[in-house]
Amino acid sequence: MPKSTSPSTAFPQPEIGREMKGADCVVECLVREGVDVIFAYPGGASQELHQALARTDKIRVILPRHEQGGSFAAEGYARATGKVGVCMATSGPGATNLISAIADAFMDSIPLVAITGQVRSEYIGKMAFQETDFYGMTLPIVKHSYLVMDARDLPRVFKEAFHIANSGRPGPVIIDIPKNVQQALIQPVFPASVTFSNPLLGALPRASDDQLKQLLALISESKRPVIYAGGGIISSGAHAELKAFAETTNLMVATTLMGVGAFPETHKLSLQWFGMHGAAYGNWAVDQCDLLLCLGARFDDRITGATEPFAAGAKIVHLDIDASEHNKNKRVQFPIVSDVKYALHRLNELLAVHRFAPPETKAWHTQLNAWKRDYPFSYEESRHIVPQEAVQALYELTKGDAIIATGVGQHQMWAAQFYRFTEPRRYLSSLGLGAMGFGYPAALGAKVACPDKQVIDIDGDGSFMMDIQELATAKIEKIAAKAMILNNQHLGMVVQWEDRFYGSVRGNTILGDENNVGGPDNPDALYPDFVKIAEGFGVKGRRVIRKSELREAIQEMLDHDGPYVLDVIVPFTEHVLPMIPAGKTVKDMILK
Amino acid sequence: MRHTISVLVENKFGVLTRVAGMFSGRGFNIDSLNVAPTHDPSLSRITVVLMGDTSALDLAIKQLRKLVNVVDAIDFKEGQAVVRELMLVKVKADSKTRSEIMQICDIFRTKIVNVSTTDVIIEVTGDEGKAAAFLKLLEPFGVLELARTGVLALKR
Repeated sequence: MPKSTSPSTAFPQPEIGREMKGADCVVECLVREGVDVIFAYPGGASQELHQALARTDKIRVILPRHEQGGSFAAEGYARATGKVGVCMATSGPGATNLISAIADAFMDSIPLVAITGQVRSEYIGKMAFQETDFYGMTLPIVKHSYLVMDARDLPRVFKEAFHIANSGRPGPVIIDIPKNVQQALIQPVFPASVTFSNPLLGALPRASDDQLKQLLALISESKRPVIYAGGGIISSGAHAELKAFAETTNLMVATTLMGVGAFPETHKLSLQWFGMHGAAYGNWAVDQCDLLLCLGARFDDRITGATEPFAAGAKIVHLDIDASEHNKNKRVQFPIVSDVKYALHRLNELLAVHRFAPPETKAWHTQLNAWKRDYPFSYEESRHIVPQEAVQALYELTKGDAIIATGVGQHQMWAAQFYRFTEPRRYLSSLGLGAMGFGYPAALGAKVACPDKQVIDIDGDGSFMMDIQELATAKIEKIAAKAMILNNQHLGMVVQWEDRFYGSVRGNTILGDENNVGGPDNPDALYPDFVKIAEGFGVKGRRVIRKSELREAIQEMLDHDGPYVLDVIVPFTEHVLPMIPAGKTVKDMILK
Repeated sequence: MRHTISVLVENKFGVLTRVAGMFSGRGFNIDSLNVAPTHDPSLSRITVVLMGDTSALDLAIKQLRKLVNVVDAIDFKEGQAVVRELMLVKVKADSKTRSEIMQICDIFRTKIVNVSTTDVIIEVTGDEGKAAAFLKLLEPFGVLELARTGVLALKR
C-alpha cells in the first residue's frame, strides 16, 4: 500500500517531552509548527488553552471582538503570507462563529487551522452547556478535521493538521479538543514526521515531460493562445515562473480574481483579470482564443458564465494539482495533474534546451492590445466622488504598494479594477464564498503579518458594519490597519441587480432611513456616523464628501500611524461594469 | 446508471460519515452500503451501490480520493468485480409447507439456519439476481422479515 509521509523539518527525531497538561502540549505543538500569532477568543471550554498560552512568550495572542473577526483575521494572515493562519474559539457559539471563515478557506483553498474547545468528553452527546457537534457540522467545509479524545494524540494530530492545511491544495483543518483532554497530564511524544494512508497527501503530482512537450507543441501550433491563471499560481508560489514562461512564449495572461497579482497587471502581456466583472479584453481574449492554458484555476461560474459556450473555439489545457477539478465545470481536451510551480519551472527548462517555435501571434496581439486600449476599466467623472475614483486615487497615492483587503460587493470589484496589483498576496478577498465582513479583520491579520506594509481595507458600508467591532481589536492590539469605506448607504451590488433585473424595486437594500436616504447631496441623513463610531473605539476617523478633499484625506489616512477609518461618501447610482450577467456569455456583456 | 463503488478507508471514527456525506451532499441516494474491516484491521472496505449520472459520480469519486482517511476508491465496471450479497430471510413455515420450502432452498443452494414451529430462517448468498429470484418463489409462503448485507464486491 502506498503511504505518504510529511517531510521532517526542524525536529528530525521523535522527541519525548516533559510531563505537561494537554493544553501546554497544544501550545508546544504550535511553537514547533512555527506559529507566531493566534487569533483567539476565550470561553469555558478553551480557557485551559488560553492559560497555557499565557505561560509562553513565543506566540502572540490577539483577542478579536468576535470569533468571526478572529477567524477572518487568521485568513488574512494566511493569504498575505502563505503561512497557516491559526484561530481558536470555545465550544458551542464560539465554534459556530468560526464557520464562515472555515467555509471561506475551503472555497478559496486557504491554509487555516481552527482550534476549538469542546465540552468534557463525558458530556459529549448530552446537550451539555455550550455543546455543539463541531466535528459533525463542519464536515462538508473542511479539508480534514479531528476530535481529539486522548491527549497523547495531540502531537500527532497537530503535526498532521499543519501538513494537511498547507500541502497540496491548501485548505482548512479543524481540531476540536474536549476540556478534560486539555487538562489531562501527559508525557507527549512529538513525532518527527507523520504518515498518511492516502497517497495523495505525499509528494506533489508532477506533469510528465511528454505532457509538457505536448503543451509546448500546442502553443507552437496555435494562432490565438492565451493563459488563464488562477489562485494556484499564488498558493504554489509560481508567479516568477509564470512571468518567465509568459515572456519566453510571448503569451498574454488573464487571471481570475483569486489570481490577481499572479502576473503583474502593469506588464504589457497582462490582460488583468476576467470573469463577470473583469476586463472586457480579458473576456474577449478567452472567448476568441484557439488555445486556452488554464493554470491553477477551476472554471468557476463567475469566470465562465454559461460553461458550454465558454472558450468554445479553443483547445483547453487544464493544469491543476487537484484531479477532481478536471472536467468538473468544463470539459477539457488536455487535463494535466500537476503542481503548477513544478510544471512552469519544467516548462521554462524545456524552453531553454529545446527548440521552441513561437506561435505567430502578431495579429492576435494587435487585436488584444487594441481592445486593451479601447475598452479599459473606466468610469464617468461626476461632481461627486465616485467610488472608482477613490480606488484610483488610493492606488496612485500608495504607488501601488499596499496590501488591499476587501469586503464583498461592488467595492470589491472596483478595488480589483482600479488598483493595479503587481505582486501576489496583495489583493485579499473572500471570492468563492463571498463573505461580507471579511475586509477589516482580514486587513488586521495581514497587518500583523506584514507590519511594515500599508494595509488598507477597501470596504462597503454594508460589509464594514458586519465586523465593525474589530476596530477595538485594532486599537487595543495596536494594529495600524486602515479602512476606506466607499459609503453609498446601500447594499450596492444587490441594488445594481435590482436596477438591471428587478425594475429598481428596493428589497431591503437601503441601509439608512428609506424615506430620507443619505448621500453626497443629503449629508445630514447619512447613517450611521462611522467617524463617531470609530471615535468611540478610540480610532481616528474622517468623513470626506467633497471631491476636492479626497486625495488629501487619503493621504492623511496613509500618514496616520494607527488604525484609521476614512468614510468616503459616494453616490449609490454607480454600477460595476463591464458585467456578464450570471449564466450568460461574453456576447451578453454589458459595457455601458 | 447503477454503480458499485468500493472505497478502502482507514478504520477510524467519522470516516463512514465523510464517505456517505460525499454522496448525500451531491444528491445521490444510496441503495446499499456495507462497511467492515479488511484482513488488515487498520483498514475497512466500504461498498456502496447507488444509481446516478456517471459524470457526476466520477467527480464524487475523485473527491472521495482526496479525503485524508481514504486510501483508494473505485467504481467497478460491469463484470470487473465479483459481486455477492448475504441475505437472511424469515418465512412462514408450518408442517404442511416446510418440505416444499426446503426443496426450493435445495435448488437455490441456500441454507436453513433456524427452524421453529411457525417459521424458518434461510441464509442466501449470491448475486442480486439470485436473491431476487429466490424471494419471488418464497413470497406465496409469506416473507415475515428480511435483512441483507448489501452488495460486497472485490476486483477480479
